[in-house]
Amino acid sequence: MAQLKAGARLKSAVCETQVMVIAAPEGEVELTCGGAPMVDVSASAPGGSIDPELKGGTQIGKRYVNEEGDLELLCTRPGEGSLAADGTPLRLKEAKALPSSD
Amino acid sequence: MNLLMLLEMAASTMGERVAVQCEDQRWSLAELFAGAGHTAQRIRSSGARHLALLDVSSPAVPLALFASSWAGIPFVPLNYRLTGRELDALLERVSPALLITDAERAATLRGREGLSVRTREEWLEVARQQAPAPAQDWSMDPEEIATLLFTSGTSGAPKAAVLRQRHLVSYILGSVEFMGAGPEEAVLVSVPPYHVAGIAAILSAVYAGRRVVQLPAFDARAWLELAGREAVTNAFLVPTMLARIVDALEQDSGAAPGSLRALAYGGGKMPLPVIQRAMQLFPKVAFTNAYGLTETSSTIAVLGPEEHRAAAESRDPAVQRRLASAGRPLPGVEVEIRDPEGRALPAGERGEIHVRGEQVSGEYLGRGSQLLEGGWFPTHDGGLLDAEGYLFVEGRIDDVIVRGGENLSPGEIEDVLLDHPAVADCAVVGVPDEQWGEAVAAAVVRRQGQQTSAGELQAWVKERLRSSRVPQLLRFRSELPYNETGKLLRRRVREELAREVGPAGR
Repeated sequence: MAQLKAGARLKSAVCETQVMVIAAPEGEVELTCGGAPMVDVSASAPGGSIDPELKGGTQIGKRYVNEEGDLELLCTRPGEGSLAADGTPLRLKEAKALPSSD
Repeated sequence: MNLLMLLEMAASTMGERVAVQCEDQRWSLAELFAGAGHTAQRIRSSGARHLALLDVSSPAVPLALFASSWAGIPFVPLNYRLTGRELDALLERVSPALLITDAERAATLRGREGLSVRTREEWLEVARQQAPAPAQDWSMDPEEIATLLFTSGTSGAPKAAVLRQRHLVSYILGSVEFMGAGPEEAVLVSVPPYHVAGIAAILSAVYAGRRVVQLPAFDARAWLELAGREAVTNAFLVPTMLARIVDALEQDSGAAPGSLRALAYGGGKMPLPVIQRAMQLFPKVAFTNAYGLTETSSTIAVLGPEEHRAAAESRDPAVQRRLASAGRPLPGVEVEIRDPEGRALPAGERGEIHVRGEQVSGEYLGRGSQLLEGGWFPTHDGGLLDAEGYLFVEGRIDDVIVRGGENLSPGEIEDVLLDHPAVADCAVVGVPDEQWGEAVAAAVVRRQGQQTSAGELQAWVKERLRSSRVPQLLRFRSELPYNETGKLLRRRVREELAREVGPAGR
């Protein structure tokens, strides 16, 4: 459990998934991937095995959000596990419909 | 947070896609990534504290941008049209620096203290090494300065706008969808490397997976030819470039390149007649107006393709007017209009545009942050928000003409002059006047083959605005002075017209 900060990077303990926090609510949130708590990207992964029920997979470049919309993660490396916050699965955020402006 | 995270994601997912193409050179995303790594090692061993680039567009530009982020020093693209003295002053400010430039300049600058010089070719050769990319050891400190962009100062030394990694990364993540471009997409970039729009275009394209096609020296016909030949789908233009392309098409009775799907423009005010003609000449193209500043990591508000079409097709004057607007703020960006005392103004009232958001820096090297309480950045642009939240940008507040104690906006008068069928371009400035303090003066460029007189245009303005807005002095010119980033050199127009008025404004 930890207070998440925007810009923080986390990785899955049980698959290749890496994320960056885009937005986070006040208070502590436990982020899990494949059922296991995520760790800071620079920490050594405690290891373990992925929960076979939580192998929805993450896609690079996609955003994952909670129902309240105040937690948003960007997947920076894909993996097999499913993302969840405090046990509730995160869902894929719809892609922006912004026109290309550059 | 670091720009390299964006490139690494792109290179690991779609590494074989071409990232940048210039003349006969092509670099894939994977090659761009590896090349950035190789050159980053050279930067580190040079001890340079800045990576400067004094050159036209080439693949060395994106390589340098990413290599500097890898090495952890700021990227400083410089204006190649600077005089020797101006350049010397800037180089001294960034010393010790590694400078990438063309062969001719390299010869004159080599041996200077505090400067390591490489030619563009030397740089590209190091980048092209076949060895695999080095370890991914760049810093993820969001506060690191990604780039310094010198803004042309109207008085005193140029200020260096500071854009940190967090500003640029949040801008890209907030406005671009990862791999949002199909493999056939290509964006033509013809703005110079020292323009924030050029940097934003490279970053957006890399993250979206869109090929950047570089045109080192803008020319309307060269642009059209390149767009056709490379099946370009997207482009970014400053308004003067679009005006020249439209002129060329009309003069040559040419057709717009069939592959073009989207045109974004910004960096200056788009004259209404130009965008209207462009929409007719490019009927299949989606137009986007992108308003932004160097200090805000480029775009903060967009008027999208649907809004362009709605405005062009509407009978409602309020909707039609939006074609001249900058659109609505990007998600995550807030805009407020404030009076000179700093109070927020309601919709419909003119004031100074203020903006805040993660992509907004507002910091200058050595001068600290210009952000006000709450993180608001005063843009020095005047404008207003309409009832639906559309932003109208009227021009620099410093360009306001103060006539008899009344503040007049040049933009308002220019728009009216541009409505006249014989007017292709114009600039309205204040010139000294004994009676009024400042008087309204205008420099007008007539459309080819069209006739009009000063008297006719003065009457035109008088019919549409109050008599105080009528230019007292109106001169015709064959063209107006613009710089390479498409900015009107208003000060020069003012100086020329002021000379005509004579001393003491008599």
